Amino acid sequence: VTAVATLARAEVDELATLARLALTEAEAERLRDELGAILAHVAALAEVDVDGVAPMTHAVPMDLAPRADLATASLPVAAALGGTTSARDDQFVVPAAIPGTDRD
Amino acid sequence: VTDLLRATLAEQAAAVRARRVSAVELARAYLARIDAHDGALGAYLARADEPALAAAAAVDAAVARGVDPGPLAGVPLALKDMLVTRGVATTAGSKMLAGWVPPYDGTAVTRLAAAGAVMLGKLNCDEFGMGSSTEHSAFFPTRNPWDLGRVPGGSSGGSAAAVAAGLCAASLGTDTGGSVRQPAAFCGVVGLKPTYGRVSRHGVVAFASSLDQVGPIARTVADAALLLEVVAGADPLDGTSIDAPAPRLGPACGAPVAGQRVGLPREYLDGDLAPEVRAAVHRAVDILRAAGATVVDVTLPHTRHALPAYYLLAPAEAASNLARYDGVRFGHRAEGAATLAELHARSRGEGFGPEVKRRIMLGTYVLRAGTYDAYYQRAQQVRARIAADVDAALASVDVLLTPVTPTPAFPLGAAQTPLELYLGDVFTLGASLAGVPALAVPCGATAAGLPLGVQLIGRALDEASVLRAGAAIERAQPAFTFPPAFGAGPP
Repeated sequence: VTAVATLARAEVDELATLARLALTEAEAERLRDELGAILAHVAALAEVDVDGVAPMTHAVPMDLAPRADLATASLPVAAALGGTTSARDDQFVVPAAIPGTDRD
Repeated sequence: VTDLLRATLAEQAAAVRARRVSAVELARAYLARIDAHDGALGAYLARADEPALAAAAAVDAAVARGVDPGPLAGVPLALKDMLVTRGVATTAGSKMLAGWVPPYDGTAVTRLAAAGAVMLGKLNCDEFGMGSSTEHSAFFPTRNPWDLGRVPGGSSGGSAAAVAAGLCAASLGTDTGGSVRQPAAFCGVVGLKPTYGRVSRHGVVAFASSLDQVGPIARTVADAALLLEVVAGADPLDGTSIDAPAPRLGPACGAPVAGQRVGLPREYLDGDLAPEVRAAVHRAVDILRAAGATVVDVTLPHTRHALPAYYLLAPAEAASNLARYDGVRFGHRAEGAATLAELHARSRGEGFGPEVKRRIMLGTYVLRAGTYDAYYQRAQQVRARIAADVDAALASVDVLLTPVTPTPAFPLGAAQTPLELYLGDVFTLGASLAGVPALAVPCGATAAGLPLGVQLIGRALDEASVLRAGAAIERAQPAFTFPPAFGAGPP
């Protein structure tokens, strides 16, 4: 961890792209300042001696055994589609992933 | 009915089972209080009057048939809007989920209903549980019932405010970094974050999966214990739920604390702390000593690193969890997007509020190739050291006694940068990162009448010890009262 006082604007834009988040100009500028301040604060982690310390991924050690392999009722299709306004033939409808390849 | 509004959950259920009051009458009494008072408080995001009255009628019918409806027979509860409820709108405080009516119930919700509880509605919270004031709700802020110009805390602010003001008998919140305990302290009620994994996370809107835990917010320690007994236990629908029987916790709430060993972490009292909060901790020390407990100093050397570790880990997990909101299957969908990528980005840009965007961006930074090892992995290693500190301290004492928050409830709209707001979580994050149980219990008030609380932290799966010490502190307080503006009886 190194102290990052400022982020480049291009870095903010790249993060927004990775996060699939459309930001306004004002939001991007504000986030640049705010993230910089937070990253400067978390630089304090560099002080901690973590040599040989295993990363902790969960609070309680546990074996994630699969549950019994039994057929159970699943969500009916109509209920699964109930949260969208855009469904057809029991499927979710989305715009083309590759521009110009719409099926409609 | 008026007397029952201040009765414990067990007393309310006993009255319903003995037909001294009907569950329908009890539900109507709370609905009338919501009608009268929630305009000022802003606790409810959604009301479920009709399903609540139908559930209450079913409880009454069971009692009439001689069937026991369960330990929460007819008890009117309301739930933080992070818990998924079939047929009742669930938003997590976000525009992203506005109007979503889930097709299923979360496990905790199912267990409450199976125990006879009646669900009155859904309570406001900071968006996706991210915040400490409920001002980050996309809909409206909730106010503190003790001072309507102040925040109720967060993120479970609607739960704490509604319980304190008597607009439900008790509530379930969720706690990722303090979201049950901090609002409980700000509103003068009890908040319990159980051991990580005690309560199933199935049907809980996910924020940070290695930290999220469902916890009761209630007027008394015994009420919180009863709620946890009902909702705790392994669940095949959550692989991280702990395979241990649901604990019997009632007896702990009446057990004497003589012989109990209490540790006072030096680092928690060294930092910036309002004098009233420090005084509350010292008052709790005096109460516990007078009751026969031994109080000793202990050390948690990495206390100041909990905040930076948490604010890397939680946003990283949030960035992953919130990837599911893509405008396709449920949640907000942007109009007129030409490509799938544009649909994703615009739906998310329009649906998420500023705090959620901040954390998604921070989490994306942390998880990105090139910064992953330096940030995410190091934060996980620091988390291991913090957990080891807590384990070491709890090897020599039964519970740790600490402040919950650095200050009492702060004013609505107080100008704070995001980082300043995060600093308020400094005392609750340690137990979250270590995954151990922690209880916020009222302990006095400021000169201006704002509630103060203290926190008790225990060993994994040892909720009984924090409840035992918490109940001893509670017994030394004046009996629970509703805030002056919220009256004692029906509206």
